[in-house]
Amino acid sequence: MASGKMEEAVMRPVTLIRNEEISPRVHLISWRREDDFLPGQVVKLALGEGETPRIYSLCSGNREEEMAVLFNVREEGSLTPRMAALRPGDRLYVSAPYGTFLGDEAPAWWIASGTGIAPFYSMFRSGLGSHHLLVHGVRYLNQFYFGEELQREMGSRYVRCCSREGDGEVFQGRLTAWLQQQASFPSGTRYYLCGNPLMVVEARDILIAGGVPWGDIVAEIYF
Amino acid sequence: MKEMLFGKTLSGLREITGAAGWPAYTARQIADWLYAKGAGSFGEMTNLSLKVREALAEKYVLGIFPPAKVQTSADGTRKYLFGTASGKFIETAMIPEGDRITVCVSSQVGCKMGCLFCMTGKQGFQGQLTAGEIVNQIRSIEEAGRVSNIVYMGMGEPFDNLEEVLTSLEILTAPWGYAMSPRRITVSTIGIIPAMKTFLEKSEAHLAVSLHTPYDEERRQLMPVQVAYPIAQVVDEIRKWDFSHQRRVSFEYIMFRDFNDTPRHVRELTRLLNGLSCRINLIRFHPIPGTPLLGSHEETITSFRESLNNKGILTTVRASRGQDIYAACGLLSTRELLKKE
Repeated sequence: MASGKMEEAVMRPVTLIRNEEISPRVHLISWRREDDFLPGQVVKLALGEGETPRIYSLCSGNREEEMAVLFNVREEGSLTPRMAALRPGDRLYVSAPYGTFLGDEAPAWWIASGTGIAPFYSMFRSGLGSHHLLVHGVRYLNQFYFGEELQREMGSRYVRCCSREGDGEVFQGRLTAWLQQQASFPSGTRYYLCGNPLMVVEARDILIAGGVPWGDIVAEIYF
Repeated sequence: MKEMLFGKTLSGLREITGAAGWPAYTARQIADWLYAKGAGSFGEMTNLSLKVREALAEKYVLGIFPPAKVQTSADGTRKYLFGTASGKFIETAMIPEGDRITVCVSSQVGCKMGCLFCMTGKQGFQGQLTAGEIVNQIRSIEEAGRVSNIVYMGMGEPFDNLEEVLTSLEILTAPWGYAMSPRRITVSTIGIIPAMKTFLEKSEAHLAVSLHTPYDEERRQLMPVQVAYPIAQVVDEIRKWDFSHQRRVSFEYIMFRDFNDTPRHVRELTRLLNGLSCRINLIRFHPIPGTPLLGSHEETITSFRESLNNKGILTTVRASRGQDIYAACGLLSTRELLKKE
């Protein structure tokens, strides 16, 4: 069984199965699952043996045949442009999954910006989501990754916030603006935050000002 | 936009002089003017030929910036505010204590780490500082030339800007640079393990790690980085290195009332750090706007320190300095940022 403790980072070679650009400059890559993991966990990933790895949240269900990660291509980055160019059959190096940003059946709000949706999608694909509200903030409408599936399965428990475009169906504005408009935040609920650091900090401040005990807030940042 | 010369290493300067076809010793002369002699203009570099000085001025700016603002505390602590090229602000603190002058430098504009207790994190991340911008915080303050100790504990996470931080350390410690002993420099991190390993390999400066609680669950509430780099793993990595001689590792521990200041925490800290040659610095918490955290009572801090010392872990309480001028990092620059907006 996967553990929450980070094991010594032994990087293993795996073979890429899929590399899909699911939105402009956002890729989902996958390889065959060889480990058990808990939804919300991360892996270290590198393209060459001995390279300094980067950490990515898993973005697939823990009973699926493939393990996947979601990433933005950063032109100035040393890793993501090369990851984006990978083809099926190429080799990459990944660690065993680890991490303690874990979801469970208890009521929770999953609050994500951009590719920060990855751990929540993993939780959703692992069978969680019935007692959860997913709030996803993006800049453009085509950045609601997995939007159709989430809309279909989660319905009104899937809130989309788009800061630079609108279509009459999504909340037009930043995710933090949507949070500020909430009359109250339910108690007995955990609040998970994942995404860019400023969103995490601002959302956390809004939740705390709204009466959420800070011990009920758990955050993961992308850096 | 012209490139900045200040912040280049000797090998970087050699590339420039080599490409220009200048004599090999010119790089050393330029380094000497930039760092040891503290030249304020190309014109001052009088042992360079006029042709070389003109060529440098054509392609480069010196890259030295005075502080935009200075505040002095009643206790002598100074807070310097430096503007960056992008119109943001970074902070540098100068803390005098007897014969010592310690300068606390920033390594980033803002920070990505999102720690619950930190004001800098509320600005978000706005950019990396170059090695030149880091060293300029020591070069361009009133106390330049008299600085005895440097701590990388200002704005930002140094190990999230490792390359520039290592370059700045090279400039500060190299014989062609400021020739400071690395034992007078401490770099503080929240524990980004891969970068910490590289730092320990490539630098001899002291290491400080923000610990704040030995418990995983509690540390996740305070510091999101715990999810990626758990403190137990950070300590495991540190155990692989020799800190029993001149190089030191210390753990920073901000005291939060009724959260991380109990006998239970003393026991767990003792277990976590068992056998490690280290010290703990306890830090009083001065609440920032909007924080749900409170600082521990003075008597709790004292008893916490004594308990840890009795368990064999050298523990000190850091003196609070410059409270009247917002010396805690992030407060002053956030105020300037808000004013600007």
